[in-house]
Amino acid sequence: MQVRRLPTGGRIDRSQSLAFRFNGKEYQGFSGDTLASALLANNVRLTARSFKYHRPRGIVGSGPEEPATLVELEGRRASANQAATTVRLEEGMAARSVNCWPSPGLDMGAVNQLFAGLIPAGFYYKTFKWPGWHLYEPAIRKAAGLAGAPVAPPLDGHFEAVHAHADVLIVGAGPAGLMAALVAGRTGCRVFLADERTEAGGSLLDRRLEIAGKPALEWVAESVAELKSMPNVTHLLQDASVWAYREHNLLMVNERSPANSNVLERNWRIRAGQVILATGAIERGLVFPDNDRPGVMLASAAQAYVNRFAVKPGERAVVFANNDSAYAVAADLHASGIDIAAIVDSRDAVPEDARDLAGEIPIKSGSVVIGIRGKRAVKGATVAERDGRGAEKVDCDLLLHSGGWNPTAHLFSQSRGSLRYDDTLATFVPDKAAQACVSVGGAVGEFSPASALRTGAEAAASATGSEMPDLPAVTEGHYSIAPLWRVDARGAKGKAFLDIQNDVTVDDVHLALREGYDNVEHVKRYTTGGMGFDQGKTGNINIIGTIALQKGVPIQDVGTTTFRPPYTPVSFGAIGGIREESVVLPYRHTPITRWNLDRGAFMYEAGARWRRPGYFPRDDETFQEAVNRECRAVREDVGVYDGSPLGKFELKGGDVGRFLDHIYTNLMSTLKPGQCRYGLMLTEDGLILDDGVAMRLGKHRWMVSTSTAHADTVHGHMEELLQTQFPEWNVYVTPVTSQWNNATVCGPKAREVMAALGSDIDLSHKGLPFMSFADGQVAGLPARVVRVSFTGELSFEINVAPRHMRDLWERTMEAGEPFGIEPVGSEASHVLRVEKGFLSLGHEVDGTVDAHDLGMSWIMSKKKRDFVGKRSVELRRRGNEIRRELVGLLPANPNEQIPEGAPLTPGGERRPTEGLVTACVWSVVLDRWVALALLENGKSRHGETVHVRLKNATIAADVMEPVFHDPDGLRMRS
Amino acid sequence: MMLIPCPFCGNRSESEFAYGGPVKPDRPDSHVTDDEGWVAFLTTVPNPVGPVHEHWWHVKGCGAWLTIWRDTRTHDIVEGPPDAG
Ligand SMILES: [Zn+2]
Repeated sequence: MQVRRLPTGGRIDRSQSLAFRFNGKEYQGFSGDTLASALLANNVRLTARSFKYHRPRGIVGSGPEEPATLVELEGRRASANQAATTVRLEEGMAARSVNCWPSPGLDMGAVNQLFAGLIPAGFYYKTFKWPGWHLYEPAIRKAAGLAGAPVAPPLDGHFEAVHAHADVLIVGAGPAGLMAALVAGRTGCRVFLADERTEAGGSLLDRRLEIAGKPALEWVAESVAELKSMPNVTHLLQDASVWAYREHNLLMVNERSPANSNVLERNWRIRAGQVILATGAIERGLVFPDNDRPGVMLASAAQAYVNRFAVKPGERAVVFANNDSAYAVAADLHASGIDIAAIVDSRDAVPEDARDLAGEIPIKSGSVVIGIRGKRAVKGATVAERDGRGAEKVDCDLLLHSGGWNPTAHLFSQSRGSLRYDDTLATFVPDKAAQACVSVGGAVGEFSPASALRTGAEAAASATGSEMPDLPAVTEGHYSIAPLWRVDARGAKGKAFLDIQNDVTVDDVHLALREGYDNVEHVKRYTTGGMGFDQGKTGNINIIGTIALQKGVPIQDVGTTTFRPPYTPVSFGAIGGIREESVVLPYRHTPITRWNLDRGAFMYEAGARWRRPGYFPRDDETFQEAVNRECRAVREDVGVYDGSPLGKFELKGGDVGRFLDHIYTNLMSTLKPGQCRYGLMLTEDGLILDDGVAMRLGKHRWMVSTSTAHADTVHGHMEELLQTQFPEWNVYVTPVTSQWNNATVCGPKAREVMAALGSDIDLSHKGLPFMSFADGQVAGLPARVVRVSFTGELSFEINVAPRHMRDLWERTMEAGEPFGIEPVGSEASHVLRVEKGFLSLGHEVDGTVDAHDLGMSWIMSKKKRDFVGKRSVELRRRGNEIRRELVGLLPANPNEQIPEGAPLTPGGERRPTEGLVTACVWSVVLDRWVALALLENGKSRHGETVHVRLKNATIAADVMEPVFHDPDGLRMRS
Repeated sequence: MMLIPCPFCGNRSESEFAYGGPVKPDRPDSHVTDDEGWVAFLTTVPNPVGPVHEHWWHVKGCGAWLTIWRDTRTHDIVEGPPDAG
């Protein structure tokens, strides 16, 4: 039974009844309700427990300012810590309160209230500090009881991100925002309007006003219809929070209920020429004892519940205010049949306008509320003169309070605009803008509807260079306020909350000040005031006022804390959009991925997001058996691997030679066309950047290949040097990684396979020696054959265009079959290079070693005057520090594997390491485990026994040259 | 996310660029400069409060390396000082 639902009125659809569950109980609401309005309609008053003291709480606000009632949504739209006032009611919705177990009525944590006096601000920091806060934090966080994040992604839809551009972006579709949109839209420019409510109208939805002689909502409907008829008004988003104002007029908008039902939420990133902030204002509460009891509500919220949702939040109310706005609230409630016991106004003089609105309602001026009766629901209030004299008890079930209005300056402040304290309005208002934006209406302290329309129109006219239109007539309301930062009367006892969500009281702020935290940012962090989900929308100014009062300084001097995104909570899904790993970084494939899969390859990522075959298991082979078979094929017969992912760049121009001499440690410019050379690139601080091969194609044409993982880095390195240091050098770099694929045939029988494939290139030892290349035909396909070797065997790298790769591969497999050819995956390639002691970036090269450490002093040219990294290597070496040098290791037990990365310590004792194992593989040529390691002074320790230190064991190993196979390189040169 | 002016493409979103670091003095002749000079070249990175001259690489656009003056306090892209390059 919706016992508190008014028989008529409201922006709800009474023909659409919605069933929902709250804390396990069934209720009914209507389409158009929020969870909060539906709960109030069902007379559910106790809806939450507080964060720290587990005090009973009810619904306080009507929008994103709600500080008290957080709920966890269950089921298909599972989501944690939502304000009940912003949850749009849906059929079958299930929600439960956070901060309490098992229910807000019977909350085991409520025992905290008994110890409330013992848990002041900073209590946790002071108490749980030995041996470290982190030891206690998980348990304390759990006790705090906010809802956890959902564990699974939503089942029935996805999130989406959209980029957009606008000439004018208007935030808020209240009177100011709508007026601005009309004026801007009529000029034909691109207008984007986003509003956080489910329908346009803003504060007009909550109030009973007339515009142009008609109910205000008729004007709203006409305005929306006109905007929708304008094709240039690209978007009119409802239920969409503008949650971040970033640099260069980029704003983030979270659309919570997009029209497309497959899209759960849509996040807009809008770059705007001009921004008009028509974000309205948020009412702040008053600070008096027990101002958090269920039934103590913001006056504006009660007005919204009566007018927008046709719900009576109580039967008999006391209205407590320090400003005029609450008088209209009292009048609206009175007209809806709610008994108003009294308007308690802290001001001595009440303006005539306000008195007129109150009609017969008794007004107690110069008075305050000094106490509340009732713990789980308001039963009455104690009203007294400001100093506490003449206290009397008034029965009521609803206490409405209004401490004045704060412009919703969050976005303006996020944009780095400054705020100033306005004495007349007793609040902070936007001052100087830092970006192309302007605040209008309530957001700039223009609280009357007439000035909202006017400032909205002015801003849009000025942004678009158009004329001011005739404005519709509105009854001008007057607003005046005399600030009351807290009730400080004799007899006022009990906790007076500044931040209801985080349970921060006046006493907590006083304590923080006494303990020396007297900067507003420090007070915030020490007390946690303003750090909840509501970001202190109703309480922050009262905290600032309390600090000013206590310190005896002007409020302007206290200042505000920094406003940061998000303005309202945003789900991570919405921020991520459809981005997930596979979309952000799609895998790269070569043309034979399909072939690999058909062959049963075990595929995985190998550097720079390439999907490569790790190994090709046959029948029920183990991993090691498959890798051994592939290695043996290369060492004894022939294998073929797909080397396409290696980075490839074509360099053209007259200065390529000197450029390569500059970026490689060795000399490249002396290469003749048709020759290639292995080279090492350093960074300017002398560390190894990459290794690869340079080929000279012609006088002014070169090709550079890089390691797979570092192709992009090398590309950036080359472009940076060419564009910033040597802009006058004639060198053009073209990435051609994807334009060239290759099948590399390697092994003692490689030349026989090449012969079987057929080629017009002389592939003899003499015709195409090691480290040379030639263009021609292979197997009838145009190809470039390169004699490089990364396995230590005779190798022919057959490079072709991608469209020929699959043909080449299949013909190679066919031609190689009589010779026992095997496809080789990256696991076998790893074994083969370790057997040869060839370095691998990320294994032997870790950001500390240089070429000398790797036994490659020969590659550091002494002929060249300079190259990138030369001076730094020399500088570092001059210190004569002990270096870790590359060695080979043979474990004493040939069948014992050493984990890669394992440390070497002197004697295997618990002492500082003297090196580490960089790779360990089963060698098919030695039929045992072999390893490479970086070892202090390793080059002079060949023959020694060293020890690998594991957690509970040591492994002895003999040190040797870092090469286990064909040390003279005769095979690859054959 | 900033809007960065590329001399070839106009204003483009920061997500199209890679940061290239502050503009450093020219690389000294490694045979002329002393150790201190070389180390200073390697390790001293301008980090002012206020306008900083810096490189950006339009890597997801035209590929140009460009320089801008960015105010480190505000992310505003500003005119460089009159005596700067
Ligand atoms: Zn560009």
